[in-house]
Amino acid sequence: MSAGDLAIDVQQLNKHFGDKHVVKDLSLSVRRGEIYGFLGPNGSGKTTSIRMLCGLLTPDSGSGTCLGHDVIRDTAAIKREVGYMTQRFSLWEDLNLRENLDFIARMYGMRERRRAVDEALENLGLAARQKQLAGALSGGWKQRLALAACMLHKPRLLLLDEPTAGVDPKARRDFWQAIHELAADGISVLVSTHYMDEAERCHRLAYIAYGNLLASGTAASIIEQQKLSTWSVSGADLAALAQQLQGMPGVAQITPFGNTLHVTGRDEQALAASVARLAENSAQRWERIQPGLEDVFIALMEGTAQS
Amino acid sequence: MKGFSWSRWIGIMLKEFIQLRRDRLTFGMIIGIPVMQLMLFGFAINSDPKSLPTAVISADNSSLARSIVAGLKNSGYFRIVREISSEAEADRQITEGEVQFVVHIPENLARRVVRGERPALLIEADATDPSATANAVSALSGIGRTALAREFTGPLARLAPLPDPLDIRVHRRFNPEGVTQYNIVPGLLGVILTMTMVLMNGLAMTRERERGTFENLLATPAQPVEVMTGKLVPYILIGLLQVSLVLLAAHFIFHVPMQGSLLAIYAVVLLFIAANLTLGITFSTLARNQLQAMQMTFFYFLPSILLSGFMFPFRGMPGWAQVLGNLLPLTHFLRLVRGLMLKGSAAAELWPDIWPLLAFMLVVMAAGLRFYRRTLD
Repeated sequence: MSAGDLAIDVQQLNKHFGDKHVVKDLSLSVRRGEIYGFLGPNGSGKTTSIRMLCGLLTPDSGSGTCLGHDVIRDTAAIKREVGYMTQRFSLWEDLNLRENLDFIARMYGMRERRRAVDEALENLGLAARQKQLAGALSGGWKQRLALAACMLHKPRLLLLDEPTAGVDPKARRDFWQAIHELAADGISVLVSTHYMDEAERCHRLAYIAYGNLLASGTAASIIEQQKLSTWSVSGADLAALAQQLQGMPGVAQITPFGNTLHVTGRDEQALAASVARLAENSAQRWERIQPGLEDVFIALMEGTAQS
Repeated sequence: MKGFSWSRWIGIMLKEFIQLRRDRLTFGMIIGIPVMQLMLFGFAINSDPKSLPTAVISADNSSLARSIVAGLKNSGYFRIVREISSEAEADRQITEGEVQFVVHIPENLARRVVRGERPALLIEADATDPSATANAVSALSGIGRTALAREFTGPLARLAPLPDPLDIRVHRRFNPEGVTQYNIVPGLLGVILTMTMVLMNGLAMTRERERGTFENLLATPAQPVEVMTGKLVPYILIGLLQVSLVLLAAHFIFHVPMQGSLLAIYAVVLLFIAANLTLGITFSTLARNQLQAMQMTFFYFLPSILLSGFMFPFRGMPGWAQVLGNLLPLTHFLRLVRGLMLKGSAAAELWPDIWPLLAFMLVVMAAGLRFYRRTLD
């Protein structure tokens, strides 16, 4: 793979705030036309990483390129070609929809500004409400407006920071539909999220916790790498069972999933033995399953929290 | 400036206009502050400054004339800064504000006093700020008698019982009736502009930071210079609107005369607005939130009111306070606007107070651009 195929290619990025080391040696490569998921617990450095990629924060050390521009020196060029959607709604609540889009279009020095804004409003389905103040929109509509605003100047790379937090499932599905269409057109997308279903829609993923990149690759390869074994148990008295499981050999984590419990561990044989002991004289039904992304991420998160 | 874009600059300016139009409270403040302050400060503020700079034109070199000058000095109100010879020079000095008083000692003063003719001693006073001259003027009549009493010995002792050997005439220039409003109302122009311009612009930038919209602005290619200057324009217009309000009130309610040209006044006002706005925007690059911007504004506003000569006569302050006062734009603006409205000063007479404003603006603008954060670091 040549460097030209990479939308983001950074090595060893570091960032401190005071004596807090927020991002540690982050290396990341995102291919063109790829949807790259960025996962990790709150406060793990996702937002800081994204801000470093689009020139809003200067890395303390490290190097790399974003759309072929140097992330340290060419931030002006990066800003022109990147669309960045902030985690918190950051358009102007006291401007109406058209005024917001028009302002953004002016900031990017767009020609045919009017037509671009008209099109964006039309695509959003908000043409009729263009005179409404952005502050009066509901959460879901704000997200859509923000996405429309960061795509207005036809960027080649989108950096989306938790774009669907607090958005209803239908709006989320529409949102991902739109992201996939963009990716099909060759636009690269780096998107941070907490939702597992969204993670599974990404081409590749990175998992970051407390500033460290813990795993990266496709969803399947990340699951593979972690070498977890997971059992699903269903039946009565799961709460009591969970108590019992706590601290048994091979059991690393017990996670309720609706009417079942997922019991996961790294030591396959020890876990199997523990399960066999419990399964002998109980009415619960045990089943060995393929661990999911969520099992893996919880394992990763607990692993770092303990260390 | 590299990469400056007028299109972006206009965009920022338009956005600021729209936001301002929707911000009812700020809009109310723009109108409310001038009106309220005009009403409040319609009252006089008085004080008793001493050591006022005085020039003497003496056409008589007798010991009697010298005693009168010494008497003026001893009163504490007058500080003789120079002796001058021509009337034109005297006029220039008082118009430029170099001196507060010019004492004219007529020819043959001594001889005429001895003859008991009660010669006239003319004292010109710059009465633009009546409170600054009032006490000095009232001290004058006593000075003539006490200063000469020592001279009236021996053969002249017969003159001593006369009520007053001199006829002291005070010529109040620029504000003959000593109307305090003449001084206060032009001063209000400066105070109102200082308060609203620094504050509103200080809030303009920190508001973006507080609402999180600054991150969006930073993510766009907008340049610091475009953002800083684009945001100034709407406030310049607001400043001009406020000035017009005060000038109208000055004319129709307080009947303040207007000696200089209106155009010159607006030109000086524009300069002063620009200086205050750059300060406001520099504050906002330093402040982390709107509250801090507000605190900085008041930190600046208080000395401006107290040390500029608005509240208390400038010449009544000790030297170090005058030095501080001279660093404040309001001090120079007050001299400019009082000079223009009451004295009809010419351009050359204004220059000594114009360059400090320009210098202030450049220094503050440089600081603002230096501290403007291009990143969120």
